[in-house]
Amino acid sequence: MLKISNIETLYGKVYALRGVSMEVSQGQVVAILGPNGAGKTTLLKTVMGLIEDQPDKGTVEFLGRRIDRMEVEDIVRMGISCVPEGRDLFEELTVRENLLMGGYPRRDSNGVAQDIERVYTLFPVLKQRQRQWAGTLSGGEQQMVAIGRALMARPKMLFLDEPSLGLAPVMVRKIFQVIREIRDSGVTILLVEQNARMALNVADYAFVLENGRFVLEGTPSRLMQDEDVREFYLGIKSEVSVKGYQRYKRKKRWR
Amino acid sequence: MLWQIVIGGIAVGSAYALIALAMVIIYKTSEVLNFAQGDMACLSTYVTFMLLHGYGFPFWVSLPLTLLFAFVLGACCEFLFLRRAKDPTVLGLIIMTLSLEMILFGLLSWKWGSDQRELPFPITSYDTFTIGSFYVSRLEVLTFVVALVMMALLFLFFRYTKTGIAIKATQLNRDSARLMGIRTNRILMGTWGLSSVVGAVAALLIAPASTLDPYMMWDPLLKGFSSAVLGGMTSLPGAAAGGYIVGIVENLFGTYVSIEFKSAVAFAIIVLILCIKPSGLLARHYVKKV
Repeated sequence: MLKISNIETLYGKVYALRGVSMEVSQGQVVAILGPNGAGKTTLLKTVMGLIEDQPDKGTVEFLGRRIDRMEVEDIVRMGISCVPEGRDLFEELTVRENLLMGGYPRRDSNGVAQDIERVYTLFPVLKQRQRQWAGTLSGGEQQMVAIGRALMARPKMLFLDEPSLGLAPVMVRKIFQVIREIRDSGVTILLVEQNARMALNVADYAFVLENGRFVLEGTPSRLMQDEDVREFYLGIKSEVSVKGYQRYKRKKRWR
Repeated sequence: MLWQIVIGGIAVGSAYALIALAMVIIYKTSEVLNFAQGDMACLSTYVTFMLLHGYGFPFWVSLPLTLLFAFVLGACCEFLFLRRAKDPTVLGLIIMTLSLEMILFGLLSWKWGSDQRELPFPITSYDTFTIGSFYVSRLEVLTFVVALVMMALLFLFFRYTKTGIAIKATQLNRDSARLMGIRTNRILMGTWGLSSVVGAVAALLIAPASTLDPYMMWDPLLKGFSSAVLGGMTSLPGAAAGGYIVGIVENLFGTYVSIEFKSAVAFAIIVLILCIKPSGLLARHYVKKV
C-alpha cells in the first residue's frame, strides 16, 4: 500500500534520513521505534510532504502512485491522514469545529455529521466538550480530538506520531485500545512510538530507526526476543552481576 | 449639540471600522500589516468612477462589478506579489506591502492624475433629514447601516461557514490546516480578496463625503489602522469597536478642543489604551498550556 524506497532527507546540509526503505501493506499496523532524534517524525513528515523540497533522494509510492514531492493537501486527499506529534489542534476552534475541519475535503455534509457522531461514540467525553475551545482540553482529550479529526477524512491509511506522548498510563491504554479498533475497521496504520512495549503489542511488524537508518526490523515477537531491543527499548536487563547491578555498559551490536 | 457631534462621529467611525476590519482580516491570517489597503480600496473606487462616469453604467451594475474587481485585485496582490517571496520575514512582507502601496499610488496618479473629482454617488452628504432634533445626512445613515451589515455578514461567515472556519484554522496553525487537506494558499488568496472587498466598501462610502483623488484614503487608512491596534489587531469585534471610538472621540476633540490636532487624537487614544491594556481592547487569546 505504502512503499518507501531509499529516501534521504536533509535539513540544510544535515542528513536526517540516510536511505530508508520500508513497505506497509493493506490492513497492517506497522510500528517504528527509535530514540529521540532518530528521524521518526522526519520520516512521517517527509512522506506527508510537510518538509519543503524533500526527500532529497528516493521515492514514496502510495497505492501505486508516486507521492514524493507532492503537495500535502493532495496527499491527504488521496487518503492518508496524519495525527501529528504534539497533536497540533486548532486551539481556538471548538472541538466540533476541529472535527469539522478534519472532514474539510469531503463534499457530503450529511456523512460528515454522521462521522462526527461516530467520533463521539468512540470518545464519549468529546461530546460533552464539543463547544469548548480545543486548547482548553486536557492532554488526553486533545489526543482524542487529534485522532478523531484525522479519522474524519475517512482515511485509507493513518499516521500516528507518538500518540502516547505525555499521557497518563490509563490514557495510553485507552488510546491503544482505540488504535486496535481503528485497525479492525480496516484502516492501515503507521505508528511512530517511543513506548516500545505498547507499540509492539499492537503492531504486526516493526522497525527500529536509529540515526536516520533502520537498524532492525521484524515481527514484534522476534524483536522482543532480541537482546538489544530488550535492554534498550523494553528495559529488561539480561546480564546482572552478583551484586545485582550491571558491570559494564552494553554496546548495541547493530552499530 | 453634543449628541449631534457623536452621531457624526459614529458615521465616520463606521468607515474606520470597515478599514480596521479589512486590515485585521489580513493581519490574522498572515501577520502582515497591509499598508497597501488604502490604495487598493482607492483603486477600486476609481474603477467605480470609471464605470459610472466613463462608461455610463448605472450604479447598481457598477457596484457589484467594483466589488468583484476589488476581490480579484486583492487576490492578485497576494498571488502575484507577496507569494513570490520565499520564506519571507514578517518585516520583509510589510515592506513589500509598502512598495505595493507605492506602485498602486503611481498607477492611480498615472491613469487618473491627481485632480480632485467627484464620485457620482446616488446619495450625497447634502441631503439631510431630521430624527428628533438631530440633523442626519442620508450618507451617514447609509454608512452606518452598511457597516453593520458587513460586520454581521463577516461574523456569520467566520462562525458558520466551512470556508470561514477553514480561514480561522489556517490562521491558527498553517501546517495543521494543510494536514486537513485545506489548500492554505487559496485560503490566503481568498482572505486578501475578502479584505480588499471590505476596504473597497469603506472607500466607496468615504469618497462621496470627500473628493476622489489618489490621496483620498491616506487619512482614513491611518485611522483604520489605529482602530485596529486599539481593538487588539486580531479581534474583529475589537477592530469595529476601535473604529467607533476613534470616530467619536476625534469628532468631539475637533469641535471642542482643537480642529488642527483632530487627526493626532487617534494616536493619543492608542497610547492611552495601550498603557492600560497592552494587548488591545478585545484581544482575547488563549494562553498556551505547557
